[in-house]
Amino acid sequence: MRRLSPAGVARALIVFGLLLLFPFVFPQHWILNMAFFVLMYAGLAVSWNLLGGYSGYVSLGHVAFFGIGAYAEAILFQHIGIGSDGYVPFLVLPLIGIGVGVAAVPIAWVAMRTRAMTFAIVTLTLLFVTQTLAFNLHGITNGSQGLSMPSPTFSLYERPFYLCVLGIFAFATLVAWHVRGDALGLMLFAIRDDEDKVRGLGVPTTEAKVLTFAVSVAMVAMIGGVWAYYIGFIYPQYAVDPLVMIGMILPVFLGGVGTLWGPVLGAFILVPAQQWLAYEYGASELYLIAYATVFLGIILLLPRGIIPSLQDLARGRRRRAGTGRTGSSSTPTAEPVGSSS
Amino acid sequence: MATPLLAIEKLTAGYGRGEVLRGVDLSIEPGSVTCVIGPNGAGKSTVLKTISGLLRPTHGAISLRGESIAGLSPQAVLDRGVVHVPQERSLFPSMTVWDNLLMGAFVLRDRTLVRDRAEAVAERFAIVRERRHAHAGSLSGGEQKLVEIARAMMLDPELLLMDEPSMGLDPKARHLVFTTIAKINEEGRTVLLVEQNARSGLAIAGHGAVMESGVVRLTGSGQSLLSNPEVARLYLGTAGALRK
Amino acid sequence: MKTATLLEVRGLTKHFGGITAVDRCSFAVPAGTISALIGPNGSGKTTVFNLTTGYLRRDAGDVVFDGRTVGRPDPMRLYRRGLTRTFQQARIFRNLTLVENLCLGVPRGWPAFLRRDIGGNERARAMEILAEFGLAELAGATAGELSYGQQKLLEFASVLISRPKLVLLDEPTAGVNPVMVERLEGHIRSLHARGITFLVVEHDMNLVMRLCDPVIVMDHGTKLAEGPPAEVQRDPAVLDAYLGD
Repeated sequence: MRRLSPAGVARALIVFGLLLLFPFVFPQHWILNMAFFVLMYAGLAVSWNLLGGYSGYVSLGHVAFFGIGAYAEAILFQHIGIGSDGYVPFLVLPLIGIGVGVAAVPIAWVAMRTRAMTFAIVTLTLLFVTQTLAFNLHGITNGSQGLSMPSPTFSLYERPFYLCVLGIFAFATLVAWHVRGDALGLMLFAIRDDEDKVRGLGVPTTEAKVLTFAVSVAMVAMIGGVWAYYIGFIYPQYAVDPLVMIGMILPVFLGGVGTLWGPVLGAFILVPAQQWLAYEYGASELYLIAYATVFLGIILLLPRGIIPSLQDLARGRRRRAGTGRTGSSSTPTAEPVGSSS
Repeated sequence: MATPLLAIEKLTAGYGRGEVLRGVDLSIEPGSVTCVIGPNGAGKSTVLKTISGLLRPTHGAISLRGESIAGLSPQAVLDRGVVHVPQERSLFPSMTVWDNLLMGAFVLRDRTLVRDRAEAVAERFAIVRERRHAHAGSLSGGEQKLVEIARAMMLDPELLLMDEPSMGLDPKARHLVFTTIAKINEEGRTVLLVEQNARSGLAIAGHGAVMESGVVRLTGSGQSLLSNPEVARLYLGTAGALRK
Repeated sequence: MKTATLLEVRGLTKHFGGITAVDRCSFAVPAGTISALIGPNGSGKTTVFNLTTGYLRRDAGDVVFDGRTVGRPDPMRLYRRGLTRTFQQARIFRNLTLVENLCLGVPRGWPAFLRRDIGGNERARAMEILAEFGLAELAGATAGELSYGQQKLLEFASVLISRPKLVLLDEPTAGVNPVMVERLEGHIRSLHARGITFLVVEHDMNLVMRLCDPVIVMDHGTKLAEGPPAEVQRDPAVLDAYLGD
C-alpha cells in the first residue's frame, strides 16, 4: 500500500496523463469550466485528507486558508500588472503557498494542543474569524465590495487555469503519496490510532502534526490563489465559504478517508454530479436534495467509503474462495473426542 | 447418554483476513464446567464469540439443547439463557457499579425481579456491595472484572461463557472467582471458560479442551489433561509447577 | 554495597474525585534490578505507573528518574530519557501492521521525517523479534486482527526494539499462555543481563517470587512493604492484605 509499485506508478501516470491531454481533446468552455472545479476540489480534498484522513484531526477551518490564498493573489495583482502574457499570477502561487505554510505554523501549534471535537470547533472558529476579517479589513480586502483581478487574454481562456490547478493537484497527490511511505506518515497513522501511546514511544507528535497542518493548508492556499485568478472577482462570503469547506470534506469520506485515491475518486464523482444537478434542477433548489441523495446512496452501500469498501469486498471474496478449497479439508490431527460422563 | 447442552461441529469462522476457527468440534454436557486452554491466537475467544452471536460462523453447526443457534443475533442467544463475559473491559465507565449491574438485566421487563436479583448478586459479590455508587471507570481492572461477572449473573444464565475470568486479578480475587465459578456450577449452571491460567482453570473443570490453530486438539477430564506430560510441556508451561 | 537508585517516588499522591487512589506513596527501584510492584486490585499500582510515566498529573509528591526530578509529565520526554512502559490493556496501533507497530518506537530526529518509514535493518530486527513470539507469520497483518494475548505480546515486543534504562511492565503475563510466559520471563532476564532495569506489576506470584528482587507491596494507595521476596512473603501484613490463602 505504501511502497512504490509498478501498478501504482502506472495508475498515477495514466490518470495524470489523461488529465493532461484532456483540455486539448475537449476544449469546449463549459467542459473545461467544470473540469477546473473537479480538479480544484480534488486538490482540496487530497490536501485536507493529508491532515484529516491520515492523522484523524478533522479540520473545519481549511477554507480559511483557501480564502487567504485567494485574497493574497488578488491583493498582489490589484496593483502590479499581471504581465504581458498573464502568466505571472501562476508563477507567484508557490510563494503564496510557502508564505501561508510558514504563517500557519504558530496557528497550528496552538490549535493542535486540542483534540477531536475541540479541534474541530477551534478550526471552525478560525473559519468564521477569517471571514469576518475579510469583511471588516476594508483597507486590505475592500470588505463586502470585494476585490477584482485583471482578466488575462488567453487564446483558450480556461486551459491555462486548468493546467495550473492540475499541477497543484498533482503536487498534492505526490505529497500525499510520499508521506504514506515515509516516517511522517507512519507517525500520523499511529497518532490517529492512539496519540498518547505514540508520544509514549518518544515520537515528536507536535512537530509531526504542525508540519502536516502547514503543508496541508499551504496547498489549499495555492488552490485558493488560482481560483481567485480564474473567477476574477472575489467576495468574502465566497472566498471563505463553509460550503466550500464541506465540498472538500465530502469527497474524502465518499472515496475513503485516509486512502490515497479516495478523495480524488470522491471529487470526480461529486463535483460533476453537483454541477449537473444544479444545471438540471437548480431552479427548483431540489438539486441540493438530489445531491445529498447521491452522497447518501453511495455511503449506505459502501459505508467505509468507496475504496475501503471495495477492498473489503475483494478480501471477502478471496477468503470465501480460499475457504472452499481448504476449509473443510484441513482436518485436525486430534485425539478422538473424549467421552463425556 | 444425555443430549449435550451445547454441541459444536466443524465450526469455521474468521474476522476478515483468514479463518481463525478451522473446524472446531466440541461438546458441552449440561451441568459441567469445561475449560478451554491453548496458545495465544488459537481461537479460544473466537469460539465463545461465535457461540454468543458476536461473530457469524462461515461453516459448521452450533446447537443448544438440539436447536441450532449458529448465526443468531447476540440478543437471540441471550434470550436462550447463554451469557457471555468477554475478555476486554465492558463496563460503562461513567455509570455507577449499581447502574452497570442493572444494565445487565436491561432486557427483563419485571423491574421488581431485577431489583431482587441485584440485591442477591450484591450479597454474593463484595465489590458490588462495597462500591455500589462508585463510577465503574474508577475501579481497578480487577475490580471491574468482578463486577462484569456479577452483571452476567443478573440474567440467571443456564450457560455461562467466560473469557479469561481471572485475567488481571490478584490471588485473592482469583481464588474468589474460581470458587464463585464452582458455586455457580453447583447451582446447576453450565460453564464454558477460556483460561490462560490453565492449571487453576483445569483444576475446577470437570472437562478440558486444548485448542491450537483453530481446532480442538485434545479433550478429556480436567485432571487427566493436567497430569498429561505432553499437555504440560506444550500448553501449561513447566514453571508453574508450584501449587497455585 | 548500596546500589544506585534509578527511580524514586516520594510522597506520591493522586485523588480522583472523592477517592484517594495513591496516598503518599514512597518507594525506590534500585538500578540493575527486576523489581516487582504487587498488591491487591485497587491498591493503586497502575495509577502509580501512570503518574510516574507522565500519563497522569500528580497532586503531590516527587518522581526522580535517573537522578533528575521529573517536572512536567510528558511521556515523550521520559521515553527519550530512557523510561518505557506497557499497559494493562495492551495499547497497540490497530490499523498499523505488526512490523510498523514495532518500528514506530525507533528513535528518529526531525530530518528523518521524510525518509523511508522502515528501513531494511529495522524490518529485519522487527521480524526477528516477531519470530521470538510466534508472530512472524502475522507480520503483515494489522494489529487489530490479533487476539488479545497476541496484542499483549506485541506490546511487550515493542519494548525490545528500543534501549531503555527502565521498563515498567503492567501485568505483562495477563492473558498470555503459560508457555509464552516462560519466553517473556527469559526475555526479561536477558534484557536485564544487558543492563535494563525492570519494575513489574504482576499477580502471578510464582513468577514474581522467582524473578523479582526487591518486591514492593502496595495496599490502599500506599506502600505496605518493600524487600527481598522471601522477606515480603513472610510479612504478616502482606499475607493479610494480599497473598491471603
